[in-house]
Amino acid sequence: MKKLTTLLAATALASMMASAAWSKTFVYCSEASPEGFDPGLYTGGQTFDAAAHTVYNRLVEFKRGTTEVEPALAESWEISADGTEYTFKLRPGVKFQTTEYFTPTRELNADDVIFSFERQYKEDNAWNKYVPGASWEYFSGMGLPDVIDKIEKVDDLTVKITLKRPEAPLLANLGMPFISIVSKEYADKLQADGKMELMNQQPLGTGPFTFVAYQPDAAIRYKANPDYWGGKQPIDDLVFAITTDAAVRAQKLKAGECHLMSYPNAADVAELKADPNLHISEQAGLNVAYLAYNTLVAPFDKVEVRKALNMAINRQAIVDAVFQGAATVAKNPIPPTMWSYNDAVEDDKYDPEAAKKMLEDAGVSGLKMKIWAMPVARPYMLNARRAAELMQADLAKIGVEAEIVSYEWAEYLKLSSAKDRDGAAILGWTGDNGDPDNFLDTLLGCDAVGGNNRAQWCNKEFDDLMTKAKATSDVAERTKLYEEAQVIFKREAPWNTLDHSLAVVPMSKKVSGFVQSPLGDFVFEGVDIAE
Amino acid sequence: MLRFILGRLAVLIPTFLGVSLIAFSFIRLLPGDPVMLMSGERVMSPERHAELMNQLGLDRPMYIQYFDYLGGLVTGDFGSSIVTKRPVLDDFLQLFPATLELSLCAIIVAVCLGIPAGVLAAVKRGSWIDQTVMGAALIGYSMPIFWWGLLLIIFFSGYLGWTPVSGRISLMYFFPQVTGFMLIDSLLSGQAGAFKSAVTYLILPTIVLATIPLAVIARQTRSAMLEVLGEDYVRTARSKGLAPLRVVGIHALRNAMIPVITTIGLQVGVLLAGAILTETIFSWPGIGKWMVDSVFKRDYAVVQGGLMLIAGVIMLVNLIVDLLYGFINPRIRH
Repeated sequence: MKKLTTLLAATALASMMASAAWSKTFVYCSEASPEGFDPGLYTGGQTFDAAAHTVYNRLVEFKRGTTEVEPALAESWEISADGTEYTFKLRPGVKFQTTEYFTPTRELNADDVIFSFERQYKEDNAWNKYVPGASWEYFSGMGLPDVIDKIEKVDDLTVKITLKRPEAPLLANLGMPFISIVSKEYADKLQADGKMELMNQQPLGTGPFTFVAYQPDAAIRYKANPDYWGGKQPIDDLVFAITTDAAVRAQKLKAGECHLMSYPNAADVAELKADPNLHISEQAGLNVAYLAYNTLVAPFDKVEVRKALNMAINRQAIVDAVFQGAATVAKNPIPPTMWSYNDAVEDDKYDPEAAKKMLEDAGVSGLKMKIWAMPVARPYMLNARRAAELMQADLAKIGVEAEIVSYEWAEYLKLSSAKDRDGAAILGWTGDNGDPDNFLDTLLGCDAVGGNNRAQWCNKEFDDLMTKAKATSDVAERTKLYEEAQVIFKREAPWNTLDHSLAVVPMSKKVSGFVQSPLGDFVFEGVDIAE
Repeated sequence: MLRFILGRLAVLIPTFLGVSLIAFSFIRLLPGDPVMLMSGERVMSPERHAELMNQLGLDRPMYIQYFDYLGGLVTGDFGSSIVTKRPVLDDFLQLFPATLELSLCAIIVAVCLGIPAGVLAAVKRGSWIDQTVMGAALIGYSMPIFWWGLLLIIFFSGYLGWTPVSGRISLMYFFPQVTGFMLIDSLLSGQAGAFKSAVTYLILPTIVLATIPLAVIARQTRSAMLEVLGEDYVRTARSKGLAPLRVVGIHALRNAMIPVITTIGLQVGVLLAGAILTETIFSWPGIGKWMVDSVFKRDYAVVQGGLMLIAGVIMLVNLIVDLLYGFINPRIRH
């Protein structure tokens, strides 16, 4: 046995020496294959990590580790007093990447920006339908075609976006991956060659890493972009090792086959924490899980009934059982890391006795209800079935008989939106851009009834605050409006706010410079590894 | 012979149509549609949903969609993925060699170990060897692949550090895909250590994928051998004073091989089914994983096209086997 161990140690040493000759390569164990490499076409986080945060930049970006908007390809911007004109001054001297498949002849200018926008919503743009079924889902999902009136070139380095109405969240929207800036010169070349589909296979942008190759379902390779406007990266190469199973990703990290992994299983975290070679970064995720009552259906149309049910459910027990501590109980519909979070809001206390009395006072007895449990694990809710069982037991204590129902995921999403849905549905949300509007109005606004507003809750007082907050770009004023909205939300209790989960990122102790994004993105700009 | 071949080919047409109909309809029986799943928690307005369904041509009557798809198949057009927008055939051709390589290695291991184990168990019937082999075969046959794979990874890769965890080759090697078979491509690349790396990455997935076929082959060999060993001609051979090895190896095994070969042929389907899980555990970029992902995303084009291509491969293998039978045993031709 001893001989064998020596032999193995020698082999390991030899292979380490072989890899020492390898340039400084950072390996990231990612969870899924990218859908493609044109971030405008897709909605998946894995696609944004693989294309938007490596190859591309946007006009504005989120400051690392925050949801604060900072200048990127736009050096500065001005917003007109009425909030309908945004003028962006582009950063001069930004070079597009030089790759084996394309050598740019000019630097970034206004034409690239205009092209990047127009291809996503102008149907007469040749690129609007350049791949079969191109739908630019994020661009339209964020409502931009209805908001943007026109986008014009003022001069080579100045672009003006005119809106149909003031839309304060626009700036945060422009930091999102889907609106990455692509090269018009490259697009023209591909179009002339009749190879437009390559835009989605061989991306070319201004970002920190240059695309090298994609081996489907196996690996994506990049090298540091030597011409990057933000400076050359500390690592030479970046590799995404696509590993779909979370337990296997954890093993790869432990075995040193990758430096950092995404989305570990909650059950594996303790073991990873115990590994002396690993470091675990944790951050409150920009998410919320909730139980949405159907406020259109009796007796859930009564505030007292909803409040009573909220008080009957022990959410701390759910967090402990489902997340093993890797989450916090939520009291507001937006997470605590988001600006305008109102910490002064008082949470519904777990008090079954008071809940029972409240229900009796409301004239409700022998209540039978359904709890909808999602069939899939999502970052904000790892096991909805288990959470529903705990709720069921809690509700039984106050004399409410709950039945748990579930449907196949696609069906669940559809049926849970229905206005006549029977029962309270467990669901959640992960923020797109760090703007409170993206939670409060998207999930609770009157326009979203029958859609994202699973509580079917339309409160005029709340909705007016949303409209006002959209119309001003003064952050202090918007903060006040959103804080007020959270008070109304808590008073009216359309949801029982369940939890905000922690985002956990395990990595090798050799890694430095990785900053966790509250939006859940994996951004490798600035990361380094100790040799 | 030509008539026989034509006969077999004629059978393929209805099979092909049947498979195309099943592939087309089964994925549509699942609730939900690709457009809905694309948007996730973000609910799409009914108008937008209708618009996208229209863009993808999914709002047309079913029979029109089916004939359209069939028309494409006849001209070799398998459509493009709704999710990735890439042509299905391109993806299949890129991923299939990985599945084929893994399956071939697994079947070779299963045959090389399964047949001798079965023979040994039959010859030493009732002994501890027989019981050990059959016990192991039963365990192997009942082993949940997913759990087995993880167990091997945790022990050999995690605890002992002998094998890599997952993938096809160390990420430090990078060369263009020529044949798609990593063992061959790594040799062709001329990079030092690449071949060895590819072999080490193959070990665990091969063991996992080979486990069930190995168990089945061992059990089948044992029972076929037991039957043959009781035959008169074996007794005759023994009484003639032939060496036991010769009796078992030539007289008995040769005749016992007929049902064993049939069993091996049937393992093609088992291998492809097992490949789905094995590929998922070991991040093996083959068609199994590709198909599973597509089912979850309701990527109709990939599920349909992928099933047709896999069915095509199986039909081709069966055709070859049938022709071989006909060649070896002329009675089958009639």
